[in-house]
Amino acid sequence: MTVVMVLLGGALGAPLRYLTDLFVQSRHDSVFPWGTFTVNVVGSLVLGVTAAAVAETAAPSWVLALVGTGLCGALTTFSTFGFETVRLLEEGLVLTALANCVGSLVVGLGACAGGYALVAAVL
Amino acid sequence: MPEINEPRAVDLPIDPDTSGDRLAGGAHQWSSFLGSRWDVLLAISAGGALGSLARWGVGELVPWSGRDFPWATFIENVSGGFALGVLMVLVIDVWPPHRYLRPFLGVGVLGGYTTFSSYMLDARDLLAEGQVLTALAYVGGSLLAGLVAVWIGVALARLVALPSLGEDRR
Repeated sequence: MTVVMVLLGGALGAPLRYLTDLFVQSRHDSVFPWGTFTVNVVGSLVLGVTAAAVAETAAPSWVLALVGTGLCGALTTFSTFGFETVRLLEEGLVLTALANCVGSLVVGLGACAGGYALVAAVL
Repeated sequence: MPEINEPRAVDLPIDPDTSGDRLAGGAHQWSSFLGSRWDVLLAISAGGALGSLARWGVGELVPWSGRDFPWATFIENVSGGFALGVLMVLVIDVWPPHRYLRPFLGVGVLGGYTTFSSYMLDARDLLAEGQVLTALAYVGGSLLAGLVAVWIGVALARLVALPSLGEDRR
């Protein structure tokens, strides 16, 4: 059951990331990787909300496997985030690379912890 | 005089997934895109499923207590970053263009295998448990090791697959 849910979530999350990335990247002209930033922040928020909902209620564990491990795991990406940062550094865009790291971590952690706290407070 | 076709670092795109593709038009452009690239999306989807399964497998092999260093996510993200660095050099500079290769392996498998959301949730859980130093070591360590791993992957692939690059570069 868990394996099927992880496969299903991953199969949905990966194309969703690609399409979101494409959508966002088509709408700005800066070198800042807004597409990856967007999926990583949104995925962190959804995972925080889901983890809190599963911890606070009697939700079955397959929900976390489907939405958390599968969907959010594939929607977000560390490899692309790392690659983009290294490429920005290679191009000499040190401040943009730094802003990408600090921004992704601060906003991503804030979204995850904030989503978790909000759901835990409501449920 | 440098040759125009000389493989160079700047040939790698910033965004390894879309690599500069743009789709700024309206709904009709999106529907024609989906109509002509549905097979690529399927390749991404299949890769994402396999990569996610591999990530789940690492988590099963390396269980996490919720209070100590989250080695599973760390290992996945660092090894996936290294693999993407190698892959991008091979895809852009070495292998002939292929419709499914980068979508399947890069966007799908490695995107599904690595995760930013669990990275953030692990850090939140550590902070909630009062493990501030472990959280800081985890967040900083993953970032540093991940970036170094991508860089080593790119450099190593160039060294092995493009042996003439070093001599040609001026």
